[in-house]
Amino acid sequence: MANVIELKNINKIYGKIIKNQVLYDVNLSFKEGTFNSIIGASGSGKSTILNIMGTLDKPTSGEVYIDGKRTDLMSKNELAEVRNKKIGFIFQFHYLLPEFTALENVLMPYLIKEGKAPKDVVKRAEELLELVGLTKVKNNKATNMSGGQQQRTAIARALINNPKIILADEPTGNLDSESTEAVYEIMRDINKKMGTTFIVITHDRRIAEKADRIVEIKDGRVYMDIVR
Amino acid sequence: MRLPFKIANRFLWSNKAQTALIALGIAVGVAVQIFIGSLITGLQESLINKTVGNSPHVKITSEDKYFKLDEVDLDQIKKIDDNINAVSYSLDVPALISKGDKNTSILLRGFDLERADKIYNIKNRIIDGKAFWGDKVNLGKDLAKEFDIKVGDKINIITSDGKSKEFEVAGVYDFKVSSLNKSWIILNVSSLQEFINNNNISSVEIKVDDIFSADLVAENIKNNISSNLKVTNWKQENEELLSGLKGQSISSTMIQVFVLIAVVLGIASVLAITVLQKSKQIGILKAMGIKDRQASYIFLFQGLMLGVLGGILGSALGLGLLYSFSKFAVNKDGTPVVEVSIKYGFIVFSAFTAILSAGFASLIPAVKSSKLNPIEVIKNG
Repeated sequence: MANVIELKNINKIYGKIIKNQVLYDVNLSFKEGTFNSIIGASGSGKSTILNIMGTLDKPTSGEVYIDGKRTDLMSKNELAEVRNKKIGFIFQFHYLLPEFTALENVLMPYLIKEGKAPKDVVKRAEELLELVGLTKVKNNKATNMSGGQQQRTAIARALINNPKIILADEPTGNLDSESTEAVYEIMRDINKKMGTTFIVITHDRRIAEKADRIVEIKDGRVYMDIVR
Repeated sequence: MRLPFKIANRFLWSNKAQTALIALGIAVGVAVQIFIGSLITGLQESLINKTVGNSPHVKITSEDKYFKLDEVDLDQIKKIDDNINAVSYSLDVPALISKGDKNTSILLRGFDLERADKIYNIKNRIIDGKAFWGDKVNLGKDLAKEFDIKVGDKINIITSDGKSKEFEVAGVYDFKVSSLNKSWIILNVSSLQEFINNNNISSVEIKVDDIFSADLVAENIKNNISSNLKVTNWKQENEELLSGLKGQSISSTMIQVFVLIAVVLGIASVLAITVLQKSKQIGILKAMGIKDRQASYIFLFQGLMLGVLGGILGSALGLGLLYSFSKFAVNKDGTPVVEVSIKYGFIVFSAFTAILSAGFASLIPAVKSSKLNPIEVIKNG
């Protein structure tokens, strides 16, 4: 199967005066439709890799390919479009817009793309909320939901534009074990049903072990890469 | 455009207290602007009205005391400038009026009633009796009161060179200026000419529409009539008043400009803070692929909406202030201290200025938000 994400010789150095290199010649690629986990100690550079794959951050040197297209040379507007259409993000701290309801939050990436959501898209958003088990709270503001509910909303939101890739940075980092289990079940389920590629950062080994592939990052380098 | 508008709207509604506060700030600015602007305009209008209202704006006189009506063509003069509203002429003769052993000096003014009415509005100012006709005269209410003269009474008038005649009073007028009401006796120019045995006139009087360009009209007329005649206008006779009014206008403009600056700074600072408050949201939106331009529209729309809200609120507040001012700040006789002039054009202008300046003030936060990098938000939680 084709590589949906490819990183070639990625170096990342923060700071201009005091240089702090966090990634050293990272080469990584992920196949379409797989469920991958990235593990590593905090400060190992795993979040930086995810942010570079998500085009939120730029590498100091090296090439990034998303769905076959090189992104590290794209303009800000082109990158915004790539993120909108091809990538769904799930962050540790939910990052829903608190001013909007769960349903509106789910629709947001579509609204950014098209400006207006037709009925069938609204219906699809409702189906996604049903998929993550939130039909009851779909009209609640983000502030009126529990952490687990917010995170499941974020998953539904990440899916609305049918992205090829979902990048999740410790999506269960501050959830209790029951919610953690539920969130992972949902993600795996979506991966199987829709063929969406998942790349999930976690430090929960139990979770990581459920993935098709485990990549361990240590001191800015790929330390271990197990495909099961 | 739809989404930024929707987001801006939601941002404003989600923080009602802050929105209300800033809209109120703009509203107070707009209200002050409307109030001060209208007050000063009203003040100036009433001052000018009191000064110029009863005198012609442009006057043609002769170096000699009198001149012949044939020397000027009234219809021709009217055509000289579009701004000219009415042209009339008069013969003025100082005289004495006596009754019993009382007497006082007055000014006999001979008019052509139809022409003079267009300048002095004589017919509407008659409070008793009728406007003069034939040999009959009108006099002011103060003079009538002082000498206890009623409509139909006869008064004796003596000119400075000793001619005297009895005239019947046809009516009493009120020009709302006591000096005129005390001193003018108006009558047909032909009967005055016959009385003093002189077929001349003393001045041609002209009313213009835009009184502030009376000097231009005067200049124009001067170039079109014979050179032995003098043309004067109210502006050159009231230079002190005009410079006073000018000073007042400038200070009122200054106040309005500073109010505007305060409004702009207020909006800009509050919106700048909102960018900080909402930087997390902007970061999320950018991670989801909103483009920089759209992100900046959010704050532009917020500024414009606040401007519209403040503009409407401020117009209402300003009108309310003006209304209560004219209702409660009154003289003993119930007339307002200052006749405020409510000009809807000015109110609309003030409201639009607020909206425009709100839009302008939101440019800085708009640019700031477009520069915001989503990674900062994602990293820093």
